[in-house]
Amino acid sequence: MKRNTGRSRAAAGAFLALLLYPATGYAIQLSGYPLMTAPVNLNNQASLQRGARTFVNYCMGCHTLQYVRWSRVGRDLNLNNRALRELMFLQTKPTQMMLNAMPAREASRWFGAAPPDLSVMVDRKGVNWVYTYLQSFYLDPNRPTGVNNAAFYRVAMPDPFWQVQGLQKLVYRKVSENGGTVNRFVRFVLVTPGTRSPAAFRHMVGNLTNFLYYVGHPDELKRVHLGIWVIAFLVVFTVFAYFLKREYWKDVHRKHPHEK
Amino acid sequence: MNQHETVPNASAGWGGRLFGWIDARFPLSKLWRSQVSEYYAPINFNFWYFFGSIALLILVNQIVTGIFLAMSYQPNAHLAFSSVQYIMRDVHWGWLIRYLHTTGASLFFVVIYLHMFRGLLYGSYKKPRELLWIIGMLIYVCLMAEAFMGYLLPWGQMSYWGAVVITSLFGAIPWIGSHLEIWIRGDFGISGATLNRFFALHVVAIPLLLLILVACHLMALHEVGSNNPDGIEIHENLDAQGKPVDGVPFHPYYTVKDLFGVGVFLVVFALIAFYAPTLHGFFIERNNFKPANFLQTPPDIRPLWYFTPYYAVLRSFPNKEFGVSAFALAIILLFLMPWIDRHPIKSFRYRAPMYRILLGVFAATFLFLGYIGVQPATLFWQKMGLRIAEIYFLFFVTAWLYARRPSRRALLITFFVALAVVLLIDWRFYLASIAPLIWRTLVIPVAYLALFYLVPLLWPDGLRDRTVPQRVTFR
Repeated sequence: MKRNTGRSRAAAGAFLALLLYPATGYAIQLSGYPLMTAPVNLNNQASLQRGARTFVNYCMGCHTLQYVRWSRVGRDLNLNNRALRELMFLQTKPTQMMLNAMPAREASRWFGAAPPDLSVMVDRKGVNWVYTYLQSFYLDPNRPTGVNNAAFYRVAMPDPFWQVQGLQKLVYRKVSENGGTVNRFVRFVLVTPGTRSPAAFRHMVGNLTNFLYYVGHPDELKRVHLGIWVIAFLVVFTVFAYFLKREYWKDVHRKHPHEK
Repeated sequence: MNQHETVPNASAGWGGRLFGWIDARFPLSKLWRSQVSEYYAPINFNFWYFFGSIALLILVNQIVTGIFLAMSYQPNAHLAFSSVQYIMRDVHWGWLIRYLHTTGASLFFVVIYLHMFRGLLYGSYKKPRELLWIIGMLIYVCLMAEAFMGYLLPWGQMSYWGAVVITSLFGAIPWIGSHLEIWIRGDFGISGATLNRFFALHVVAIPLLLLILVACHLMALHEVGSNNPDGIEIHENLDAQGKPVDGVPFHPYYTVKDLFGVGVFLVVFALIAFYAPTLHGFFIERNNFKPANFLQTPPDIRPLWYFTPYYAVLRSFPNKEFGVSAFALAIILLFLMPWIDRHPIKSFRYRAPMYRILLGVFAATFLFLGYIGVQPATLFWQKMGLRIAEIYFLFFVTAWLYARRPSRRALLITFFVALAVVLLIDWRFYLASIAPLIWRTLVIPVAYLALFYLVPLLWPDGLRDRTVPQRVTFR
């Protein structure tokens, strides 16, 4: 589903960058890395659909959504049968959960930890964290995957978006804080350009985060809409209850006018 | 009681005849009259008096939503986490049922804490309501057990490690501790066996106990009658018919008033359940979205917000036996309130200014302890926890002392004894590395002691009670 232009060029760039990147000996642990605000909007169907596509193309090789059914995604995202089938690749039953073929036991040997299920990941880590994390991989020759993450020190996961985003280098400075020295993030510098512009990439991650937020709360829109009616009813009920109370208590106030 | 109401009346409709038939065999209208329509409650209840009926409403909510959750929940270590997710996604309205249950659990504690503080404000634990207060405290302890066991059921990381921490507290009991710990867990660690028994206790045993205790609480209340914001017994001022002059029948006056209170409460409830069900990690913690993993201890283990005041007390001692004893004492002292505060005036409205300040500081202490319990367990927060815990316990000492107008000598002696105890605790847990922290935070208990023991020496009027009016005040 995704075009592959620029892959070999980026790969060569990555290789070169890895060769030229000076080895520091230790991975850098950052302190006070700021989180970006994720553009979550469950009403944006197009964004959710694009996010689902990115998820299937880039994440699902390793990660699952074990509590999410294909059919549910199809229904909630207004996908027609053909679009859903296209999203599902070879999986046959839309009522199945969004699982993959990666054996967890092998995966934990390959990566050091099995890739976690992402059904409730946004609730666990926070939506802004997920949005920031996915954009914060940087080159680090001390890591087995060649990358580290500014939001997740010594992460085991390789950078899934290295072609799209391009490879970036971390610029940081040492500052003293509370009597010790900590590494403060300054900026990322793109070493090799990606197949998408930085803005387009940020957009892509935003859509993906939006989709991941949706799978954590598939009923959120329903909840938000229903809540209005429930609260409206309760407010009307309370107003009536107040006047009923006042009516009943009138004679008590008549009988006890003496107090302050 | 009018005789004709309990006898089947041929002239009544079929409904009247049915009631008559029941009344001849079961005290239906008798109960209704004695407990509701002719139960006289003081006319001057304020907003603090809503929380009893609201607590009853939440209890019903928890039972009803709990029944529906139990239909789909799997009390099995392999299935529990997933079954909660299936409830949220595949069960029709499952998300609503679960959010009503989780929001209800937290708001139950909000309401119960307000209900208990009402008791402290107006002296509702004083004679003849000592047993009413104790039954209420038993309900509170049951509620804590119920909430703690229910929190294990989603089988997330915080469920699991919270249960590890709390069950290990029983291990601190001398002699039997380690055996008791295994007996409670049903295993050497928290496991599927623990999950199964906690499920049984959470859905059967403790709810039954709670219902019985709530019934006892209401029976005791209706025996002695409700207290009120003035702390004046309305049953001592009766009219010609023998009804309290300053009382109104519970029904319809307080049923319609409570209906309004319930309405306001339900708006708040719905706002949370529909728009912020996790309340930024306060009602459903983030770490609980990760399945329990007994090989991976989270860096910060903390209970949900309603236990954090006690958790801060527990954590503030580096020694487990001390911590657990302080934790237990913090709750036991509340049980003893009727015998600690023996002052004849019930309501804080007519108590001395110093006592009113004392109550305010106690409320702030409890809230601050709750805040400390949420913070990471750094040395600073541990020491702050100890200082605020000291103030928490000093409340009971001060309340006991203020119950009889203390002499200057009693104030001074208590000041120095309390200061000595505070310093003794510091000496027991002294660490040279945190000496500056110890000295700096010492200002908190010293300021507290100076306020409540030295200020009255300079301001004797601060301990002078006000005159209690003859009749309840009513606006």
